[in-house]
Amino acid sequence: MNGYHLAQLNVGLARAATDSPVMAGFMAGIEPVNALADAEPGFVWRLQDGDGPGATALRPCGPDLMINMSVWESLDALRDFVYRNGPHLDFMRRRRDWFHRMPDDHLVLWWVPAGHVPGVDEGLSRLDLLRSQGPSPLAFTFHDPYDAPAEAAAIHRCTPAPLPATRSDHA
Amino acid sequence: MSVSAGFRILLMNELSVVALLDDPVRRSLYDYVAVQSHAVSRNEAAQAVGIQRTLAAFHLDRLADAGLVDVTFRRPDGRSGPGAGRPAKLYQRATTEHQVSVPPRDYRSAAELLAEVVDVTGAEPQLQRSARNRGASAGRAARRQAPAEPDADLVTGALTAQGYQPYPDGTDIRLRNCPFDVLASRYPPLICGMNLALLEGLLDGAGVAALNASLDPRPGDCCVVLRESRDSKTNLD
Repeated sequence: MNGYHLAQLNVGLARAATDSPVMAGFMAGIEPVNALADAEPGFVWRLQDGDGPGATALRPCGPDLMINMSVWESLDALRDFVYRNGPHLDFMRRRRDWFHRMPDDHLVLWWVPAGHVPGVDEGLSRLDLLRSQGPSPLAFTFHDPYDAPAEAAAIHRCTPAPLPATRSDHA
Repeated sequence: MSVSAGFRILLMNELSVVALLDDPVRRSLYDYVAVQSHAVSRNEAAQAVGIQRTLAAFHLDRLADAGLVDVTFRRPDGRSGPGAGRPAKLYQRATTEHQVSVPPRDYRSAAELLAEVVDVTGAEPQLQRSARNRGASAGRAARRQAPAEPDADLVTGALTAQGYQPYPDGTDIRLRNCPFDVLASRYPPLICGMNLALLEGLLDGAGVAALNASLDPRPGDCCVVLRESRDSKTNLD
């Protein structure tokens, strides 16, 4: 484990208001699915507000755009939850019932120092960066992932692995 | 080297790998190893196929040399250190895909492009509708061929024919192989959703109300599981 965690932000353009029948399936599923995320190995943190399930009441980008943000111990931990957790995968499968497909990137990933809780502004500026410059170590996607800074540095380091301690035990 | 010469070499390599399975003993060993959830020992494979251990070892190593199965070594549980004996050589299905097409065809690249377009345009609901229709038509065809076959056997037969490698897991039917693996790992919600719709359609078309398809991915398996439907359970009770 290195000193970095993976943050993700994604935004969704809802097809209707959260109290509309169109969104009923999504609104009913959000709390059980969030509870699964909380219990998932490698989950660290997720954005919440007091006014609706999950972060559904937060609208930093205007009334139609819903956001969701979380932090995970690793890219694999997040990927396992998003794509290999049955109920969440099923949620993803039905996402077009509830959200419009957006022409721009709607999900961004970036590394944060372990313990850092990213703010919404930080997440939105990473999304802007991804949209304007394409994937980079500062803002990337599942399709074009980048290693955490410490891991990337380790690849170029040539320090030999520490020797087993047995010899000095006998000395 | 010309492009066509390059293709010929590639084809011959793939062809010689796949041709290893033309031997009936090797084929049955591969078929056994491929559907197991665990790495298989020489003894287990020999017993399953009904041949001598040394013959099984010979053929399993040929499969391993060609990359059709992967090899691991493990000591029996609870034994370690000096005197524990040699670790057992274990075999499991390799994940590398081998394709041979004569004349040359490349449906995978076309499928990847089409998947990207469905993803980009948000056409998943239509993909799921089309997949459900296609599955239903396969289900109806299977039922027409075997009108009196018990539901579970009919479904297992149809899934086997389509390469899913079904296996029983309690009262569930799970699928060892994802026929769309490369696409599914690049576009999971899109392809797993399509796969689910195909299998829902298959059950529907075959008139199998006792089973329900749902998404429940497990490492190494297809993302879909077929479970006894709650309704039918109530009826049975």
